[in-house]
Parts: sequence; C-alpha cells; structure tokens
Amino acid sequence: MRVPGKMIVRSVTLPIVAAGFLVFAGCRARKPAVATDAEFQRKTQEALILAKPGSVIELPAGKWRLDRTLSLSVDRVTVRGAGMDKTILSFQGQQAGASGMLVTASDFTLEDLAIEDTAGDALKVKDATNVTIRRVRTEWTGGPKESNGSYGIYPVTSKNVLVEDSVVIGASDAGIYVGQSSNVVVRRNRVEQNVAGIEIENCHYSDVYENMATKNTGGILVFNLPDLPVKHGQYTRVFSNQVFANNTDNFAPKGNLVAKVPAGTGVMIMATKHIDVFKNTIKDNQTSNVSIVSYLVTDNPIKDPDYDPYTAAIYVHDNDLSGGGTAPSGLAIKALALAVGKPLGDILYDGTVDPNLVMGKHVAEDSRICIQNNGHARFLNFDAAGNFRHTSRDLAPYNCTYPPLEPVALASVVAAGR
Amino acid sequence: MRLNPLTRRWRATLSPKGARVGILLVILAYAACNRQVSPHVDEPFPQNLSGWRLFAGKPSELHPNRGVVPYDLNTPLFSDYASKHRFVWMPPGTSAVYHSSDTFEFPVGTIFSKTFAFPVDDGAGKPRRERLIETRLLVHARSGWVGLPYVWNDAETEATLEVAADPTVVEWTHPSGAHYTIHYTVPNTNQCKECHDKSKVMTPLGPKARNLNKDYAYLDGEANQLAYWTKIGYLKGAPSPDQAPKAAVWDDPQSGSLDARASAYLDINCGTCHNPQGSANNTGLYLTTAESDPLRLGVCKVPVSAGQGAGDLRFGIVPGSPETSILVHRMASSAPKVMMPEIGRTVVHEEGVALIAQWVAAMPSTGSCEAPKRALGSGGGR
Repeated sequence: MRVPGKMIVRSVTLPIVAAGFLVFAGCRARKPAVATDAEFQRKTQEALILAKPGSVIELPAGKWRLDRTLSLSVDRVTVRGAGMDKTILSFQGQQAGASGMLVTASDFTLEDLAIEDTAGDALKVKDATNVTIRRVRTEWTGGPKESNGSYGIYPVTSKNVLVEDSVVIGASDAGIYVGQSSNVVVRRNRVEQNVAGIEIENCHYSDVYENMATKNTGGILVFNLPDLPVKHGQYTRVFSNQVFANNTDNFAPKGNLVAKVPAGTGVMIMATKHIDVFKNTIKDNQTSNVSIVSYLVTDNPIKDPDYDPYTAAIYVHDNDLSGGGTAPSGLAIKALALAVGKPLGDILYDGTVDPNLVMGKHVAEDSRICIQNNGHARFLNFDAAGNFRHTSRDLAPYNCTYPPLEPVALASVVAAGR
Repeated sequence: MRLNPLTRRWRATLSPKGARVGILLVILAYAACNRQVSPHVDEPFPQNLSGWRLFAGKPSELHPNRGVVPYDLNTPLFSDYASKHRFVWMPPGTSAVYHSSDTFEFPVGTIFSKTFAFPVDDGAGKPRRERLIETRLLVHARSGWVGLPYVWNDAETEATLEVAADPTVVEWTHPSGAHYTIHYTVPNTNQCKECHDKSKVMTPLGPKARNLNKDYAYLDGEANQLAYWTKIGYLKGAPSPDQAPKAAVWDDPQSGSLDARASAYLDINCGTCHNPQGSANNTGLYLTTAESDPLRLGVCKVPVSAGQGAGDLRFGIVPGSPETSILVHRMASSAPKVMMPEIGRTVVHEEGVALIAQWVAAMPSTGSCEAPKRALGSGGGR
C-alpha cells in the first residue's frame, strides 16, 4: 500500500514504526517541499535506524534538502523514492558526513530516487552482500568541477552487486565505482561528465554491459591497484556498451589516481587479467578508444610486495571502433603523437609484459593480449618501457583468442545469456 | 599526573574544603543503595538516562551510584574539545576478562557511560562550570553491544534517548583564547557502529589495557585503574600494572617518545576504523598501535579511494614533509569531504595535528616517495 505524497514504512515485524511514520507523514504533508527540511532528515534517519529486516521505506516526491549523511545498517531493507526525477535528496551545502547515503547492510535495495550535490560520495555501500541499485540518479548539478564529490554510486568490499538503469553525472573521481567486490553487474546505466564514467577496481567477476558512457574524461576503466586488502582483481566482461566522445578535461584532484587518466579515453584496462572487451561501440575518444596499460605508466612507486602491475590475458574483439586518438591529451602522449603521427590509434597498448611471462621470444599462451576482428581499428603498441623507441602498428602478434568468460550469475539478474 | 575535569571534580571532594561535600556524598551514596543501578539487557531500553539509575543526586552532577566506577584513558579520542566523564558498571558478581591488546571481554549487563560536556563562560571571577550535552551508553545487551545516545535538556535535569538527534549549538572559549561556536553533532546509533564495529560486531573501544593502565584519583585514594578494577572484582586475569601495556599520554612528553605519543593518538583517533576489521579496512591504511608496516601506516602509500580527501597530495605520509602528507592534510581540515575522522568532530584538533605533523617531520626523510619517471604519467590529465 502506498499513499502518494507520504513516507511509509512497511514492516510486518514492527507495526509501531509504521504507525510512527504515518504520524510523521501527516505532519510532513503540511510543509512546503523545497525548504531545508530538518524534520524530513531526522525522520528519514530515524526510519533507517528503526527499520526492521523486511522494511520498505518509501520517500515521497519532492526536493528534500539534507545537510548530513543518511545511514543504514539494518539488513533486508528497501529504500524507494517516487522516481529519479521526483524524489530528490539534495545535499547542497552539506555540513557533516563524507557521503550522502552510507549503507553497511546486506540485501539492500535502493531505487527510484536522486542524490544530488553531496560534499563527498553520493552513495556508499560497504561490506554488503546482495546489493541492488536501480533507477537511481546521482548528480553534481553544477557540471564537472574539481570541487564535486568523488564517487556517485560506490559499492565497496561487497558481494553480489547490481547497478542498473541509473544515471551518474559530475563525479570528480568515478561515477559508478565498484571496488574490491565480487560478482558485480553494472548494466544499462548512463554515465556522463565524470572523470571516470564507470570504474571496476580490484573486483572479481564483473559484467559491464549496455551502458552509455559519454563526455567523461575516461568512459569505462577496469583497474587493479596496489596497497588494497582485496588483491588481484580479474575476470571482467565489458560488452555491448556505447562509449563515445569521452573528451572532458580531467578535473580530478591531482592526488587521485584517475587524475592520471588522459582526457579522451574510451575504455582503459590497467594491471588486471582475464578481461573480455567485445561488441562495444567505442568511438571518437580523442586519446584512444581502448587502452591496455600496466600500472607502471602511472609513475607511482610500488611498495606492495603482493602487487602485480602487469596486464595480461586481455581479449579485445568484435568491437566497432572508430575516430579514436585524433587529438590526444597529456604531455607524454602528445609527444608520442608527434613521433608516430595522428590519429594515435583506436587501440593503444603500452607493450609492457611481465618478464616472468616471457618464454623465449613469446608471451606465455595463457597471458597474451589478443586483439581480433575490430574492423579497421588502428592499433599502436607505443613501447612504454622502451620510451617509445620501438612503437609498432602491427596487429599480427595479437591474433589469438580466448574462450568466453562465464556470465556473472546474480540472483537479481535474469542472465543476459551473452 | 594530569587531571582531567572529571578528576578535578572528584578531587574537590577530597580537599579539606570539600570534606563536608564528601560526607554529604557518602550519605547520598548510602541513600542510593536502595535505588541500585537498573540494568537492561533487552529492548526496550529506557527512554530517559535516569531510567538506568547510574547516577544519584542532582542529575547534572553525575554522582555515581553504587558500583558505578569512574575511569579515564591515557590518550582519548578527540571530540571537539568536549570533556568526557566516563563510568563503568558491571552486574554484581561478574567481571571482565583481561586481554593484553584487545578490548576486555565484558559480561552481559555491563554499562559504559560517557558524558560529553563543554565549559560555560559565566564571566570573570565566576567558577568554571560545564554544560552537559550528551551521555552515550554502551550496553552489553543479550544480543550484543548496543549504543544509546542520550541528549541532555537545557536544564540538565534529564537526558533523553535520541537515535538521530539534531545538532546542538555549543559555544566555548579554548584555553588559548580562541572562541568556538560549533554545531555539535550527537552521533546517531548508526554512526556509533561506524567506529565501534569490528567485523560488523559492535565492540567497546576505550577499555583496553594500554589505555586504562594509569592512576586515577578515586574517592578512597589514588590507584592504578587496572589494579583497582581487579581489587573491586571488575577485572580478572590482569597482570600487575607494570607488566601490562601502557599507552603514552599524547600531550605529555614525560609519558613517552614522540613515536609512542603519535602512535597512541593515531590508535584511538584513527585506528578504530583504520584496522583490518574496522569500517575503513578497504583503504589498506591501518593506524593502530599494533601496525608496524610503514606502508600500512601510510608511508609513501598512494591513496586509492580518498577522492577529495587527497586534494592535490599524492601520498599518505611523506617522511619529513607534513605539509605534503595526506594524513596531516585530512586531520587539519574540517570540510566534510576532506576531514578525518569523518564523524565525531566538527573542528580541527590543533594540538593533535601539531603532534602528528611533528611526528611526520621527524621521520627520517628518504628524499621523496616518487618513483623514477616513466612514459605516460606526467602531465596526464589536461
């Protein structure tokens, strides 16, 4: 049962909570829906604290102004708005808390609302199993700015994560940022004007498909980074995405790793393994449509003894690539373009191989970079280790295949079957 | 020894001037015998602090009821310069089990009470008094530890349970002369968990051997807290205090080296989240006393998910260079997206920042954290 314009908590186990909320909802209805709303904030936070497993907390339509983090730690709770353009939680001028919403609960669903202009991250979900984020918009409404918060939708150290049909705009780091998680599906989202549109970082088993990434600095990044508790991120499929014209100047604070991503990056794969990139349309990204690089390109010191900075077992195939590398950015890359000519290429590879994987003159069979069937895509191995000395546009060494990776099986997803 | 305001409060009853007050207190304490602490180990918990009967007499005086024992820590968490009055109570006949590094194992029914107060300026010559803001109870319920924030009314006659309280405007003058007006934020019960959760299980933070191992001026004389708890039956298995670990007092150079004081400060202010089981375990930055790996402590560690917190800085700690160390930068900020800790304070702990900056400055500098330049990195973005 849902009463328009009211906040309702449905709870089988604790009717008293629901009763309390109906009382509040009654009060709420008499107030204008735009002013700073301490009452809405307090009652919403109370609802999140007092929720019992199984509760559904419905947030009414309206632009609600909040000034500190909302948090949830009760398992099996759904928080639902009236639509991503109807229920808007605006954190403009946020006073306290590093995120808009902070969730540390499993079996969590958030849907049909917007989180705007948070000081830090819009939505952070940590240590949760079975997370569904659906039709949620997170946005910094002033466009791309260094002062925007870091992450839009940010599940971390979680398991069975679904982010779908959402919209993320303006994050000064990554729009949809899934970190140190396993069994991840990110699909049918639109990410625009973030530094990184979608970033999969130190995750195991991720499917990223049917997303639209445009006007970011970089469209889709698949990274494995050092110094983190969850290591050796691998097994990601990136397919059937539209990744085009991600040419926005990088506006990340310089201390962030993504500050190093050159504007004009379509898909970037760094220091990870078992990545399958296929059937995407990737075009007009002015540095390159697809970059395959080791962590060494970051110039960062590597202190983590368990860290593997190399990229291996990558398969890029059957993509529609065009218009990449026409106006590369970044000083080093510009220098490279001077040396090899423009366009730089649709696919850039740094050519850096883990010395332990080289058998004689060849890379071990199960660690090769395979690039096939991408139409007329222009390729460049820019020989980073050799300071661009032995660049090559020859694709022949990469003519190989890998068997398809298994789709990520999430109970919350009807398997896409691709 | 250093006296915190609470100790001073109790010292007053021991001085000749306070002898009469002391006698009165004994009478009050006797009267309180008939109204013992009222423990609750299941929901619903009392809506009013008085429902626990932890204190006898005038509520704002916080006179402990029978069995309610005041305690103090060597190095406490900074909370906007609030003074804190801590008490513990355990059910009769029960005791905590000692552990040398972790929080002791406390019996079901244990109640920790921590009251946050700020000085009130009543003008020159007026005795210094305090305004009570909130009392946080940490209760060992049958289902596990539960955090319960009680907010004091303006008359300080009662504190009421508020799971998500609004901020309170508090004004006070720091001994340095600086005047503060802050929106003091009582943490909601979820925020209690942010710091108190260890592998998602709520756990007390302060009562560890290293932090309790200090003298305290009890009504019946000064004694080491570990020894006193043992004597009254609140603690079993503790070695003699000189055999137990002892944290340095962060602002007392007599109590330990710069390293030891910085370590004690980081342990309680940062290490509660920044440890392998804490809510910041995803960062790989661990700031506990037990951590010895420089990288885990942030030395030349590249931030991963610091986002806005890193600003333009590249490393957690750059030895010898506090001004380029993210650790110091975040402690020295009060902007929500930058500051650390993320919750529990609204102003900068200037003296704490100074300590950590001094510690970083004193680290042997190895030049810098930078790796040799390679191809793509520099000038990456714009």
